[in-house]
Amino acid sequence: MRALDRVRELAESLSRHPLRTFLTMLSVGWGTFVLVVLLGAGTGLQNHVEWMFRDDATNSVWIYEGETSLPFAGTPVGRPVRLRNADHEMVRDTVDVDRLTARFYFRGRSATAAYAGRSAGFGVRSVHPDHRYLENTQMTAGRFINALDLNKRRKVAVIGQEVSKYLFRGADPLGEWIDVAGVPMRVVGVFEDSGGEGEERQIYLPITTAQAAFGGYDHIDQLMFTLTDANIDSSKAITAQVTAALAGRHGFDPADKQALRIRDNIEGYQRIQQLFTLLDSFVWLVGVGTVTVGIVGVGNIMLVAVRERTAEIGLRKALGATPGSIVSSVVQEAVLMTAVSGYSGIVAGVVLLEAVRAWMPENDYVRDPQVTLLPAAVAAVLLVLFGGVAGFIPASRAARIQPVDALRDA
Amino acid sequence: MIRLRELRKSYRVGDRPLPVLKGLDLSIETGELVAIMGSSGSGKSTLLNVLGILDAYDEGTYHLDDVLIRDLSETDAARYRNRFVGFVFQSFHLLPFKDAAENVALPLYYAGVSYRERTARAHELLERVGLLDWADHLPTQLSGGQKQRVAIARALATRPRVVLADEPTGALDSTTSGEIMDLLLDVSASEGTTMVIVTHEPDVAARTGRTIRIVDGRIA
Repeated sequence: MRALDRVRELAESLSRHPLRTFLTMLSVGWGTFVLVVLLGAGTGLQNHVEWMFRDDATNSVWIYEGETSLPFAGTPVGRPVRLRNADHEMVRDTVDVDRLTARFYFRGRSATAAYAGRSAGFGVRSVHPDHRYLENTQMTAGRFINALDLNKRRKVAVIGQEVSKYLFRGADPLGEWIDVAGVPMRVVGVFEDSGGEGEERQIYLPITTAQAAFGGYDHIDQLMFTLTDANIDSSKAITAQVTAALAGRHGFDPADKQALRIRDNIEGYQRIQQLFTLLDSFVWLVGVGTVTVGIVGVGNIMLVAVRERTAEIGLRKALGATPGSIVSSVVQEAVLMTAVSGYSGIVAGVVLLEAVRAWMPENDYVRDPQVTLLPAAVAAVLLVLFGGVAGFIPASRAARIQPVDALRDA
Repeated sequence: MIRLRELRKSYRVGDRPLPVLKGLDLSIETGELVAIMGSSGSGKSTLLNVLGILDAYDEGTYHLDDVLIRDLSETDAARYRNRFVGFVFQSFHLLPFKDAAENVALPLYYAGVSYRERTARAHELLERVGLLDWADHLPTQLSGGQKQRVAIARALATRPRVVLADEPTGALDSTTSGEIMDLLLDVSASEGTTMVIVTHEPDVAARTGRTIRIVDGRIA
């Protein structure tokens, strides 16, 4: 009953100056709207970047062969560095890595694969079993390459969905023999890859089999590994450790940036993460700034309202209004204004984001813009709090009004 | 009903006190209707503020219905005003955005009376002052006399011990003044409400039971 009374009184005093109330609320609502839209856009950008990283493990380091660019121990520059199986074993045995694989390519990384009279060129990668974790390879049928395949140099192949579609046209490929660059290989697994069709046009072979079958001897083209503790410092330290060991084995200057090409996904990913943290703080700064301007506006309007209502407040006190009830009605008015307008702004922002999500074509900048529950909840709580703060100064001024002074007949 | 003993109050003007009430003794019995007269600056407004618990006093005692009114917090003062005192002002002081019934019901809102109950009571009081048909009219739609009738109804809303009227006819023509005085006398007689009317009009004072004259902060 009392609550209903309060609402009635509040609605009445807010509706006394509809335009002023509306404009004041608009400024708060606009603030939260901007905050939500900015947060959503930031999340959209971040989602897009994370989507670009979706294919590969984000805690991985890739090492490619290169050429020396610094003279070392009497050797000339421009000398190619060739990675060997022994390098893979060295990393496996001496470095604290989580997943480790090498890659061996042959003949320009692709080969003709044929089955039942159909043939086409596909990418071929010869790898270790851990490779599936580095490329986020998802098996849809059968299995990936395993240790036994490597030990026994089995002629087995794991093919991408697109390969399977083309060569088998819907038939079950498991157990079938396909021809890869003239060597028959038995299909033991089919995979899909979030990297898209290009990744699903790949064929994986056991690295030992490929090296033997295609004249690779003990050559590897690439070393890839992930770290258990994926932060920039540890990834840098381990990369440096690996580089130094390889420099020792291959006789090049450890400071030579060209001898090996290193792609540190951890560093790249975390730098981008940091960038987004920065962007996020910036968005909060701008958004909270805008909301604050609106809330200061509410406080201001309440001050004006209290001044206008001096006589009214004096009369109410004479009729028995306690200072507490005056304070709470002013604070409630401010909270109501900020809360209602703030929530409206949040809702409008979310509606806009959802509309964009639903109708925006796929593009290269933004993906799935949205606000998560937490920032929305934080904003909601802050609004009520700030509304209270905005109402407090005018309210305490109202509480100090003396009925004697306010009612003095002019 | 009202007992004042040696009441003193001074205002501070600059750094020296300016005494306004200088040891005032006054008793008003229950159901009495008294007029207070005095020239401007005599202290009659200050006296009315003290009686209405709108202002504090420095020395002496003020008993209202045998309750000592002294050193109250603002909150307690507000509660006592609500329960014990009804006010009628020269310029009515109705809230312009509330209709007559809502204005009458306002003290009951602060007394914690439910909406339904206070609306019923407001209509009852408006009937008492002859304005039932005007219950949903805003003050701007009422004449001066009607506004003061609404204000009187409001002053009676919480059934206070005492009604304090500050120049209740000051803004009205003589015919209307007469009608308002008729109403106050009628209420006083029928409800037994104690009334204190501050006025400078001898006609008004003459219709009360007793006239108290204040001269220079004392009862003359």
